[in-house]
Amino acid sequence: MYNGGKILIGLLIFVGLVTFPYWDNIGKATVKPDPKVDTPEIMKLPESERKCVEATSFIKTEHMKLLNEWRDWVVRDADGVYTNAEGRKYTMSLQNTCMKCHSNKTKFCDECHNYVDVKPYCWDCHIAPKEKEI
Amino acid sequence: MLEKALKGGPRYWVWILFLLSVIGVGFLAYLYQFKNGLGITGMSRDVSWGLYIGQFTFLVGVAASGVMVVLPYYLHNYKKFGRITVLGEFLAISAVIMCMLFIFVDMGQPLRVLNVILHPTPNSVMFFDMLVLSGYLVLNVLVGWTVLGAERKEVSYPKWVKPFVYLSIAWAPSIHTVTAFLYAGLPGRHFWLSAIMAARFLASAFAAGPALLILLAMIVRKYTKFDPGKEAIQALGKIVTYFMITNVFFLGLEFFTAFYSQIPGHMSSFIYLYSGYGEHAKLVPVMWLSSILAVVALSMLIFPQIRANERLLAFACASTFLSLWIDKGFGLIVGGFVPNPFERITEYWPTLPETLIALAVWAIGLLVLTVLYKIAVTIKEEAVFDKYGESQVKVE
Amino acid sequence: MSIKRREFLKLAGISTVLGFGGVSAVTGLRRTLEASEVMPNPEALVAKKWGMVVDMSKFKTEEDYQRCIDACNHVHNVPSIDNPKKEIKWIWEEHYENAFPGNEAPYLSEKIKELPFLVLCNHCTNPPCVRVCPTKATFKRKSDGIVMMDMHRCIGCRFCMAACPYGARSFNWEDPRPFIKKEQGNYPNPEFPTRTKGVVEKCTFCYERLAKGLKPACVEASKGALLFGDLEDPNSEVRQVLGSRYSFRRRPELGTQPNVYYIF
Repeated sequence: MYNGGKILIGLLIFVGLVTFPYWDNIGKATVKPDPKVDTPEIMKLPESERKCVEATSFIKTEHMKLLNEWRDWVVRDADGVYTNAEGRKYTMSLQNTCMKCHSNKTKFCDECHNYVDVKPYCWDCHIAPKEKEI
Repeated sequence: MLEKALKGGPRYWVWILFLLSVIGVGFLAYLYQFKNGLGITGMSRDVSWGLYIGQFTFLVGVAASGVMVVLPYYLHNYKKFGRITVLGEFLAISAVIMCMLFIFVDMGQPLRVLNVILHPTPNSVMFFDMLVLSGYLVLNVLVGWTVLGAERKEVSYPKWVKPFVYLSIAWAPSIHTVTAFLYAGLPGRHFWLSAIMAARFLASAFAAGPALLILLAMIVRKYTKFDPGKEAIQALGKIVTYFMITNVFFLGLEFFTAFYSQIPGHMSSFIYLYSGYGEHAKLVPVMWLSSILAVVALSMLIFPQIRANERLLAFACASTFLSLWIDKGFGLIVGGFVPNPFERITEYWPTLPETLIALAVWAIGLLVLTVLYKIAVTIKEEAVFDKYGESQVKVE
Repeated sequence: MSIKRREFLKLAGISTVLGFGGVSAVTGLRRTLEASEVMPNPEALVAKKWGMVVDMSKFKTEEDYQRCIDACNHVHNVPSIDNPKKEIKWIWEEHYENAFPGNEAPYLSEKIKELPFLVLCNHCTNPPCVRVCPTKATFKRKSDGIVMMDMHRCIGCRFCMAACPYGARSFNWEDPRPFIKKEQGNYPNPEFPTRTKGVVEKCTFCYERLAKGLKPACVEASKGALLFGDLEDPNSEVRQVLGSRYSFRRRPELGTQPNVYYIF
C-alpha cells in the first residue's frame, strides 16, 4: 500500500474516535429511567381519570411530534383546543396542560432525557413548574 | 489539485500558521458569544446591525467584482485577462465564504439557520440573498476549478463551462443588487431608502474588488514565479478609476438630494456621520478618513502616468480599498440606524470580542484565498506555452 | 487492487450524499401524526382586525401609564434591563416629538410637548417587518390581523428590527431570565413562557389572553384609557370612538397602515 503506514495509523485514530461513546461509557452505571407519575395533581384524580392526552404508548414515542404540532397550531394557526383520539378536549399548552399534571420535571421528563442524553431546549423559554419536595 | 497547497516554503507555512492562530483566537471569542449571546458586541436595540453585517455587505461587493475580469475575457475575448481570471474567481469564492460566515456569526440563533431553507419566504430579500450567494459560490467553484484543471492538463476547458460562465456574469451583479435591496426597501430608514442604493453598491464593488485584485496580483508576482501580466493590471487600473469616479459621483448625488431638499429625515444621518450631533460624533473622524482616502486615491488614479507607475498604482488601490471598506463596511450600516425612529442617537462601536470574531472570519477568508491561489499559481507556473506574448517561466 | 485518490473521494462523496438522502427519505415517509380535530378555543375573542385606541384624555397621572406598562411586563415576563442599549420593552412612554417624528413644531404647546404617549407595536395591516422576515417567524395572523411572533422559529437575524419604522421590536442580547423582576406577586408568571437569548420580541396584542376570552393586559389595567376592538366591525367601541373624534396615528405616510390610533 502506498503510504501504508500513515493510512493505517489514520484508520486506527478514526475507528477510535467513532467508537468513543462505547468505550468511554465502560464501567459507568446506567440505571433504567424511572419516570415518576405520582405527582400530587395526578394523585388527586380518581384512578380511572389518570390518563394522558393520548395513550401512553403513543405519547412515549410521539410526544415530541405532538408538542411540535401543538406549537404550530397554537402559535401560527390560532387554534387552542385539541380533541384526542377518544374525543376528550384539551387546551394545547406545555406549561398549562402537560405540566399541570406532570409537575415534577426532574423526576419525570429529565429521567428519560438524561438517560438518552438529549437536551430539549423547551426549558430555555418555557417555565418548568416549581417542584414540591416530597 | 488540492495537494499543491500542501507544499510550500517556510514563508508560506509561517503565513498559514499566523492565519490559523488568528482563527483560533476568534473561534474562542465566538464560543464566548455563542454562550452569552450577542450582547457581548457593541450592538444595541437601536443599532441592531453592526460590524458583522457591514463586513458582509462590503464583501458581497468584492465577490461580485469577479465579473470585472470574467466578462471581458470570456464574453469579449480580451486576452490580456487570460492569466488573471482564475485569480478573480478564486477571490470571489473566498469573499462569498466570508460573507456566509459573517451572516452566521451575526445570527442570534445560528443553530436554526436551516429554517431559512425549511420555510422559504420569497417575499423576503434575505431569503433571496441566501439563494443567490449559495448559487454564486457553486458557480465560481465549478468554473474556476474546471478551467484550472483543464490548464493543468494542458487542454482547453470543456465547452459546457461556457454557459456557466455566462450565468456567472449575469449572476454577479445580481448578488450585489439583492444585497442592496436588503436596505433600499425599508420604509423607516431614510438614509437607505434611495433608488440608487444598488447602483452605488455596484460602483463601489467594481472599484474595491479590482483594487484588491491588483494588489493580490502584485503580491503573487512578487512571491511566486507567476506573473498575471502588466497589461492586465493596467486594464484593471482603468476599471478601478472609472468605477471610483462613478461611486464618488453617486455619493454626491445622495448628498444633493438630502441637502437641497432640506428634509430632516434625509439629512440627519449624513449630519451624524460627517459632522456629529453634539457629543455624538464617534464616526466623524472615520468617515472623513474615508473621504480623504477617496480623494487621494482619485487624484492619483485619474492620471495615466501615475497609474503606469506600479508602486503608485498600488498605493492608490490600497487607498481606494480602505476608503470603500470604511464607507460600505461600517459607515453605511451604522448611519442607517442613527438617528433611531424616535430621533434619538445611540452610538455604536465594536467591542473587542466582536473585533476578534470579525478578524477570524477575515483570516478564514484569507486562508481559503491562500490555498486556492497556491494551487492556481503552482499550476500556472507550470504552463508551458505562452499565448500572450510575454515570457512565462518554465519549471525546471 | 488500487484505486486513484480522485475515484476514492468521488465514491466517498456520493455515498455520503446517498446516505443522508436515504435516511431523510425513510424518516420522512414514517407514519405521520394523525391530526385529530383542532379548533380555536370557544371562549376566544374574535375579530377581523384588532385595533387599539389610546385615549390621551384619560391618562392623567404617571401612575395611569405605569399600570398599563407593568401589567404587560408582568403577564409576559418581560425582563427589566437597565442598560438602554440592551433593554426590552413591549409598551412604554415617549414624548410627542419622539413618538411622532416629523410633527415637530416650534410653537407647540408645552403641555403637548411634555405629555407622555404610550407606544407599542402598531400591528400594521401592511407590516414591513412581516415582509422582510426570511422564515415567517413574524407573520400576520390570517384570522384577526395580529402581527405575531413565533419564538421557536426566529433565527435572530434582526431584519425585522431594521424594517420596523416604529422601533417597536426588542432583541434578547443575552439570557433575559435573570432580569425578570421579582417584586411582582407571581414571579415569573408561570402561565407564560419567557424568551431566550437570540430572538426578537414585541407586543403580540395578548393573543394568549384573547384565546381565553380576556382583553389585553394593558387594556384591562388602563381603566378605560385604552380601547380595544374590531376595527372592521362598524358597531365596535373603537369604531364608534374613531367615528366621532379626531384621531391620528404614527407615521401614516409610510403606508404601513398602523392599527393603533391616538385621540385627545
